Amino acid sequence: MILLVTLAVPLAGALLLLLPGARFLPGDAAVRRYGVAVSGVTLLLALVTAAVFDHGEPHRMQQGVDWAWAPAIDLRFHLGVDGVSLPLVVLTALLTFLCFVHMVRHPPSGGPARLLTALVLVLEVGMLGTFLALDLLLFFVFFEVVLIPMYVVIALWGGAGRRAAAYKFILYTLLGSGVLLVGLLLVAVNAGTLDMVALAERHGGGLSRGVQITAFVLIGLGLAVKVPMWPLHTWLPDAHTEAPTVGSVLLAGVLLKMGTYGFVRIALPVAPEGAQVWAPWLGLLAVIGIVYGALACLAQRDLKRLIAYSSVGHMGFVLLGIATLTPVGVNAALFGNIAHGLITGLLFFLAGAVKERYGTGDLAALGGGMLTSAPRLAAFLTFASVASLGLPGLAGFWGEMLALLGAYRPDGGLPRETFVTFMAVGALGAVLTAAYFLRLLARVTHGPVAEDRRDAVLPAPTSSEYAAWVPLVILTLLVGLWPKLLLDLTTAPVRTLLGGG
Amino acid sequence: MSAGVHIIAAPGDIPAPHIEYGQLAPMLIVFGVAVLGVLVEALAGRPWRYRIQVPLAFAGLLAAFVWTIVLAWRHEPFHVAAMGALGVDGPTLFLQGTILVLALVSLLLIAERSAAHFTAQASALPGSEAEQQSMSAGITQTEIFPLMMFAVGGMLMFPASNDLLTMFVALEVLSLPLYLLCGLARRRRLLSQEAAVKYFLLGAFSSAFFLYGAALLYGYAGSVRLSDISAQAGQGAGGETLLLAGIALLSVGLLFKLGAVPFHMWKPDVYQGAPTPITALMASCTLVSAFGALLRVYYVGFETLRWDWRPAMWGVAIITMVVGAVVAITQTDIKRMLAYSSIAHAGFLLTGVVATSRQGLSGTLFYLAAYGFTTIGAFAVVTMVRDAGGEAAHLSRWAGLGRRSPVIAGVFAFFLLAMAGIPLTSGFTGKFAVFSAAVDGGATPLVVVGVLASAIAAFFYVRVIVVMFFSDPEADGPSVVVSPATATAVALGLTVTVVLGVLPQPVLDLAGTAASQMFVR
Repeated sequence: MILLVTLAVPLAGALLLLLPGARFLPGDAAVRRYGVAVSGVTLLLALVTAAVFDHGEPHRMQQGVDWAWAPAIDLRFHLGVDGVSLPLVVLTALLTFLCFVHMVRHPPSGGPARLLTALVLVLEVGMLGTFLALDLLLFFVFFEVVLIPMYVVIALWGGAGRRAAAYKFILYTLLGSGVLLVGLLLVAVNAGTLDMVALAERHGGGLSRGVQITAFVLIGLGLAVKVPMWPLHTWLPDAHTEAPTVGSVLLAGVLLKMGTYGFVRIALPVAPEGAQVWAPWLGLLAVIGIVYGALACLAQRDLKRLIAYSSVGHMGFVLLGIATLTPVGVNAALFGNIAHGLITGLLFFLAGAVKERYGTGDLAALGGGMLTSAPRLAAFLTFASVASLGLPGLAGFWGEMLALLGAYRPDGGLPRETFVTFMAVGALGAVLTAAYFLRLLARVTHGPVAEDRRDAVLPAPTSSEYAAWVPLVILTLLVGLWPKLLLDLTTAPVRTLLGGG
Repeated sequence: MSAGVHIIAAPGDIPAPHIEYGQLAPMLIVFGVAVLGVLVEALAGRPWRYRIQVPLAFAGLLAAFVWTIVLAWRHEPFHVAAMGALGVDGPTLFLQGTILVLALVSLLLIAERSAAHFTAQASALPGSEAEQQSMSAGITQTEIFPLMMFAVGGMLMFPASNDLLTMFVALEVLSLPLYLLCGLARRRRLLSQEAAVKYFLLGAFSSAFFLYGAALLYGYAGSVRLSDISAQAGQGAGGETLLLAGIALLSVGLLFKLGAVPFHMWKPDVYQGAPTPITALMASCTLVSAFGALLRVYYVGFETLRWDWRPAMWGVAIITMVVGAVVAITQTDIKRMLAYSSIAHAGFLLTGVVATSRQGLSGTLFYLAAYGFTTIGAFAVVTMVRDAGGEAAHLSRWAGLGRRSPVIAGVFAFFLLAMAGIPLTSGFTGKFAVFSAAVDGGATPLVVVGVLASAIAAFFYVRVIVVMFFSDPEADGPSVVVSPATATAVALGLTVTVVLGVLPQPVLDLAGTAASQMFVR
């Protein structure tokens, strides 16, 4: 029942904003505080869910809700949480809350605050629902609910090229979800059920090899657009760059995870034979994504665009982990998901702060010497960059290291030489990742301050910025230093999902 | 169906057919009201006509609808009536009920007086003095009401027809009034008359195809009854050429009516030229009716020949979806765009036909009802957005509508999203129902094309939303005229679109029950 309330609170919050503005919460400031309050309650509920979660049995679906919605099309309102979804639920609630906190003092310009608040709350419903849904059709419904609000957020509050970016975003994702729907239909029709738990327990039983192969490629393609996997990533840099800070944070922090989560929750357990067939290809594209993302980052001139491309690389590691089909690899993928959500969320917050202060995100125009001119901001940026490049002891390290480890010893049915090659190339990508982040730091934070900026006074971070950044920093450290926290949650359910018992 | 035998015909006597009046009452009521309407035109004075016609039409449609419900409620309807000419069964009653409700909503638009849609006098040449005079005299055309009732009567009969001759009569009864109605637009009359002529010529052509096909099938089976044709084909009686040619020609006639590619050429021109309320009527009721007839012909008459017609239907469905979606992208006129979107939807619906299963049937029924309401709502919004020259049909004129009247623009955006098939709208439920039936029927590649086409279709729906909300409004942009009848139609369309999206179960159940016994034969 608590899951239901977790979904209902942001939904009710968004619906309440439909009331006429003159009577309910007049003024933008009140609406923003309202957003903080509603998302704060949702975060509390998510934390309560984590608190009452039985950590002894993380592989079991807990707090289940299972109601018939439209039996004629087999749509059930079936929710539940296990060790795989719990961290993502908390991450979603946290990032949404931090976005609202950030918006109190740094509202993006473009449209009415009321609409933005309502949209982000609907977005939160869709994101949380995607991670909680245990019915394929319900999953799809929530997966789609996210699209329209995010589209509007980009199209109204985005940067100069927002129109094209929003267009690209919605077209790519609609195309992807169409293919995903066919895959889900194929599974549903052949297996006779849409229940994700039942399907996962069967491990492909009742689905012929041909169906599994087709279903995996359809579902995989649909999810790969969202992840995004190279070469379906081209919507991402534009969308991330043009979106307002809130949009970028949620896009990178949560929306991308919906794709990889779908792989782990649906594609692998439902069509294991299909996964065996496609895993080497998935691994190949993942590795290309890692190297491509890193090389693209080396060539970027815009801070936000660079971070966006870095996401392609990081999600490449996550996909590589999934492609190994081993508990180690999939755990790595789930770990990488959370780590990337924390770190890239932070990076986008910081990029937004830089843009706000300097008026540009262009690396050349930023000049150098941020450590002199804005020491605190630069310190945070350094921390986030170093975390993102995978420094041991911080969150980014474990996901990548374990993914490479998984690739060294892939599932028995997979060609080992191929995966070892992937591992080697992926490791090269990790080095390149370090290279571009260090280049970024060298260009922006170090060096002398540019002549024309020498006298400019840059405002120190505000309290609401600290409030948004510090939790992410703490969690990055916590997860990095104590990875067991997450791995304990995911290990058992991953075994169940992969059928290892 | 029992009594025909009782009458022992004396030589030279013509045996009187036995008609089950109670079973056929919905059709008879509508036709009766149409005839009454003609009498009203002849006998009532001009000031009275509108005041009599509108309540009469509403009452007729409502009575027919109530009777349909009673028929469906009282007993499991599954028999033929009128000496086997008409079928009374679950799917037919569902379709007839849908047509009647949709016709009621269309009637709200047609009866709208504050924004006149119809020319004052159809016979007056555009731009002539006679036109000026009739305009200044404030004449309103009221013949539209009996014409519409005849068309609706034909639409009710079309899916019920159990033999090809009755079906042909129904086809003509529904088409001829529509040809006329298309030419009655008040503004852009030349365009409207051109549309009427085009529709008439092409429609007559397709009717000829239909008739020729029926003749060939009669030559093959020795009967025009669908069940006889099916039985003969099942026995594999000779004359394969005759049979296949007959099916092909008959299909041309049917596919023309629902606007499947490559017989879709009339749709954009006619939808654009016709008065928008009539477009709404055609886009909803005619589509439902034509699909009903198509379903009956293929599910009853040609059921045993599934393996012969399915490949062709695959092809038609694929090109209909793709052409409809792709060509819609280039449209700059709202009504033309909606016409192409209707073509694409005909393609999606055809995937349900290809499924040839009970699920396919019930999915198609649901989709038809859902899409009918959405499209009427969309056209109703089109009638509301007006500038000096009538409806502001060009897409560029809609720029910034979202700022000027956010509610109307929002509602239209919602209709478009429903047509794009976004979850929690009726469009998604409908698409899901037909697509899952098609996957179940082994037509997965078709469904892949379907979802890709709907993603392409989403492109132009989103484009309209972008124009409405994210473009700067023109200084002399159109204004939104809200009048009670049209607003009611929009509200009804919106309500049904939301309800069928969020709580589709009752209607899905209804469609499922209706389809449980399939068609009577």
